[in-house]
Amino acid sequence: MALIATKNPLLTVGWEKGDAGWGIKEYEARGGYQALRKILAEKTPPENIIAELKASVLRGRGGAGFPTGLKWSFMPKVINGDRYVVCNSDEGEPGTFKDLDLLRYDPHSVIEGMAIAAYVMSANRGYNYIHGEIFEIYKRFEAALDEARAAGLIGQNILGSGFNFELFAHHGYGAYICGEETGLLESIEGKKGQPRFKPPFPATFGLYGKPTTINNTETFAAVPYILKMGGEKYLELGKPNNGGTKLFSISGHVNKPGNYEIPMGMPFAELLEMAGGMRGGRKIKAVIPGGSSAPVLPGDIMMQCTMDYDSIAKAGSMLGSGAIIVMDETVCMVKALERLSYFYFEESCGQCTPCREGTGWLYRVVHRIENGQGRQEDLDLLMSVTDNIMGRTICALGDAASLPVRSFVQHFKSEFEHHIQNKQCLVPHDVQRAGSSFYM
Amino acid sequence: MLEIEIDGKSLQVAEGSTIMDAAHEAGTYIPHFCYHKKLSIAANCRMCLVQVEKAPKPLPACATPVANGMKVFTHSELALKAQKGVMEFLLINHPLDCPICDQGGECQLQDLAVGYGSSASRYQEEKRVVFNKNLGPLVNTDMTRCIHCTRCVRFTQEIAGEMEMGQAKRGEHSEIMPFIEKTVDSELSGNIIDLCPVGALTSKPFRYAARTWELARRKSVAPHDGLGSNLIVQVKHDKVLRVLPLENEDINECWLSDKDRFSYEAVNSEERLTKPMVKQGGQWGEADWGVALDYIAHALKDVVKTHGAEAVGTLVSPHSTLEEMFLAQQLSRELGSHNVDFRLRQSDFSLDGKRAGAPWLGMKVAELSQLDRVLVVGSFLRKDHPLLAQRLRQSAKRGTQVSLINPVDDDQLIKNTLRAVGLPSQLPQLLGEVVKAVATAKGAAVDAALTGVTVSAAAQKIADSLVSGSNAGVFLGNFAQQHPQAATLEALAQQLAKLLGARHGVLGEAANSVGGYVAKAVPSGNGLNAAQMFAQPRKAYLLFNVEPELDSADGAQAVAALKDAAMVAVFSAFKSEAALAYADVLLPISPFTETSGTFVNTEGRVQSFNAVAKPLGETRPGWKVLRVLGNVLNLPGFEYNSSEEVRAAALVGAEEFANGLDNGVNAAFNLNAVAAGVERVADVPIYFADGLVRRAPSLQRARDAAAPAVRVNAATAAKLGLDGAAEVTVKQGAASVRLALKIDAGLPDGAVRVAAAHASTAALGSMFGQLSVERA
Repeated sequence: MALIATKNPLLTVGWEKGDAGWGIKEYEARGGYQALRKILAEKTPPENIIAELKASVLRGRGGAGFPTGLKWSFMPKVINGDRYVVCNSDEGEPGTFKDLDLLRYDPHSVIEGMAIAAYVMSANRGYNYIHGEIFEIYKRFEAALDEARAAGLIGQNILGSGFNFELFAHHGYGAYICGEETGLLESIEGKKGQPRFKPPFPATFGLYGKPTTINNTETFAAVPYILKMGGEKYLELGKPNNGGTKLFSISGHVNKPGNYEIPMGMPFAELLEMAGGMRGGRKIKAVIPGGSSAPVLPGDIMMQCTMDYDSIAKAGSMLGSGAIIVMDETVCMVKALERLSYFYFEESCGQCTPCREGTGWLYRVVHRIENGQGRQEDLDLLMSVTDNIMGRTICALGDAASLPVRSFVQHFKSEFEHHIQNKQCLVPHDVQRAGSSFYM
Repeated sequence: MLEIEIDGKSLQVAEGSTIMDAAHEAGTYIPHFCYHKKLSIAANCRMCLVQVEKAPKPLPACATPVANGMKVFTHSELALKAQKGVMEFLLINHPLDCPICDQGGECQLQDLAVGYGSSASRYQEEKRVVFNKNLGPLVNTDMTRCIHCTRCVRFTQEIAGEMEMGQAKRGEHSEIMPFIEKTVDSELSGNIIDLCPVGALTSKPFRYAARTWELARRKSVAPHDGLGSNLIVQVKHDKVLRVLPLENEDINECWLSDKDRFSYEAVNSEERLTKPMVKQGGQWGEADWGVALDYIAHALKDVVKTHGAEAVGTLVSPHSTLEEMFLAQQLSRELGSHNVDFRLRQSDFSLDGKRAGAPWLGMKVAELSQLDRVLVVGSFLRKDHPLLAQRLRQSAKRGTQVSLINPVDDDQLIKNTLRAVGLPSQLPQLLGEVVKAVATAKGAAVDAALTGVTVSAAAQKIADSLVSGSNAGVFLGNFAQQHPQAATLEALAQQLAKLLGARHGVLGEAANSVGGYVAKAVPSGNGLNAAQMFAQPRKAYLLFNVEPELDSADGAQAVAALKDAAMVAVFSAFKSEAALAYADVLLPISPFTETSGTFVNTEGRVQSFNAVAKPLGETRPGWKVLRVLGNVLNLPGFEYNSSEEVRAAALVGAEEFANGLDNGVNAAFNLNAVAAGVERVADVPIYFADGLVRRAPSLQRARDAAAPAVRVNAATAAKLGLDGAAEVTVKQGAASVRLALKIDAGLPDGAVRVAAAHASTAALGSMFGQLSVERA
């Protein structure tokens, strides 16, 4: 599905052969499992590995951008009973599709990364929670697990080192909220996917109440490469405080939507060019730079940004999971927001009050504005409601639902006002039709 | 201890406290819905958001642990804005139907909306509508009102022990519901009504009966099991309309069993006896009190004159008040008869005269929660003692090991129980095995009577568990007390407790199971006990609050004796077909709601209460009736002017706890050979256990009130040739009844479970012993 273009390919080296390159033979041929073998043979002290990760400034690729080395160091040191390593492959946010391809084309890098993580944190068991709506990927990962087990790279007494690590795939249930790490843990435990209140954090009370570390698929996949090339070198691929390369899923009105691996810090304009530029040569209107929960940025601001955590944050949004949704001038921003708000309304777990009640309220008001029923006071109301949701909920879904609303209204206020006053879109319908493949 | 400041007020709180705990100590109220002190923390309503210094966002007080030096502001601008914001969200989809909502006036959402809500809503869209759920006959639902606090969900899971409710679906569409096609059948289900902070879950029997502010709130005590739960009885125009728990951490905590909560319906029942009735010439007619009492007095005098005082038998229900029991025995003894008893379902009285005192729990109810090892012998624990079982359920979660020796393997919903299951006749043997194993483990001498006993694996495990603890308790349940070898079981329990350095006791079957001993309502000298009074029929019977056909160890035998008697006087709140058949006089006495009185609960606690309503019709409080009957009979000592005077006479100086509580028995035990054949296991179903619950219509619609079936395990069914049979005929002695058959894997081989206390099985004889089962 996805086109691939890379600059300094690292994670995506194995993708070039498409469906022929995922197997363990191919993976080992391109240097796979060397990091794990070396660690197990040399019995590398876990602190050294954590130090290497800290040096690489690998930041969590799931969206929050938390430094991975630091996260791994949170696991309690005293070894007492079970502990778990969990991979979050519950990629479900609109705009994201990088983990899916990573598991499709290079599943062993994730397995190796998880095995290393397990070694570092003395975990004896791991789960990869794979989004419930992608069945063939789940089967592929199971096949890769079988290969790794047959090769003795996971299981009991791996490569004669005395290190045990059992890894399982867990097919999810299709709910967006199961991608929230504690909701994911509940889901693995067989319960309804609802985030837990924190503290306690998973590092002390995680899966089945045991210490647990959860990382994104891409984060685990990056680990073997970092250990092979060294943390410093990995950092140098990107820019300070934003180490390495990252996968970006570009969708929307570009000529070549797909997954792109680029070094952190590359200008957005360059990335847009790699993606074939704007479709039909139209003008860029807006970009959501980090998955649908990231605030939208007007195109001109985005064109000034570089693709790293700090630059995007400075511009007022988030790099998030690296899912870039590009919108051109044919887009009605009210309609776009309506669709996003509907998503969060549908995906709220319903556990805590502000999100359960507030997401529906947001959607209904935006829906009303889009359909010519808006009122003058609605924009203030939207801001006020998001204000009451943000920071008041158990997990971040409340914020995720609010940020798009706030940023859309903030950056494209005139479109909303036009809708309210004229009961129709600022962007004429024929223009919208021309830009939408839906009508073609 | 941690230093913390709440709204400028400094205080010290224990480590591990939450802000909510600290605020409680500081006397500061933080608004909340989902938080409840007895339930796990959900932190989902977000109403308790408060400002904490240095925290960028408001934090939920219920779930945020206190840190040293923390400064909390519960009413700052940030906190108030957060609380008001949450209130607005809670109200946008909440219907504005307070005027027709039963929760109106006692609704947490209504109360807090006054403080935190605004007078008009900014929400102009359509409101959510949620279909109602059928939770059974006790709890009504208006699910549109639900605010998803999940208190009910957590209650069923954590307190009642079985998750019977959950939250299904997502987001705004999420609904609190029972499992598909299931109802909430817990014996504690009514508590979810109290827990629900809105009108989503309300009392079905109380529905639309009154507004809460019209009701008087009067304290009382539950008349059912031995716990004596504290009640608030709500009354309007002298009619009891609702019963709520009165919080008492030492007894019922903040809970009530459904039996205690809904049995009040019986006192409003059509079956109430409201006028004295006398049978003359085979015809029943209503009579004045004077006529009826004269009739009884004459008849009693006649019987005493012609047959001697020992021809009079007096039976009192253990659900009667202490005062009634005391006066009944006084009346009997003044007449010259020592035939008086309240232990109606007991069959082994061999310990009479060998007891050091009144059998009781052996400790305070609250101390039950501190035990680290518990052995319960012969008890349908969850149904017989719902709230004691609840205490043990919580203890088990904290690590207490609970062991059960029972004739059935019913799920008590207590974690990690060790269980030994055997036929009724094998119970002494099983307990003996445990005693022997414990003695061996402790290096103590094994009693001679136990030398021949072989310790089974199950008994050994129980013994190991008991020995490994430091604070054990051994208890005999209702079934053990009703057992034909109850004396042996008690002696074994005593020995076991001695070996363990533990305490032992009995779980009081009824509200006054201890009070009966305190009131001396037990035979003395050559007086006959409850079983003997029917086995050796008397000429005259005084039945106080008793329905012998259902309340006795052998109902069929009791009815036969009553039918042959010259005079049977029934003191009862109810008119029953059975009583009309065997009685000569019916006297309407007050149920617990219409009389003052005292229950001495299973821990010996003296709990007195006043009438909460006027007696119905010509009904009179039982103690007054007995007092006047004493006068009519010209008996000495019946000059009491109040129930307090009677109580003082009965308690002899005791105040908070009764005197003379002692489980010591001076008896040896003998382990008889196990009887061969098919044995009856008779439970007393929770909603047939006494006259009140039997007449509470809503309880009678509950799942636990389903007509009893015959239960056997598959092997026994095969052996008896019952495979595939839907109905069977059960024969015990000369009697037989026809019942449905159910296969129950929890029964031992050779056991046939046939409930007692139910009309469909009343024709059978003893609760214990042999019976036969054939295809119908």
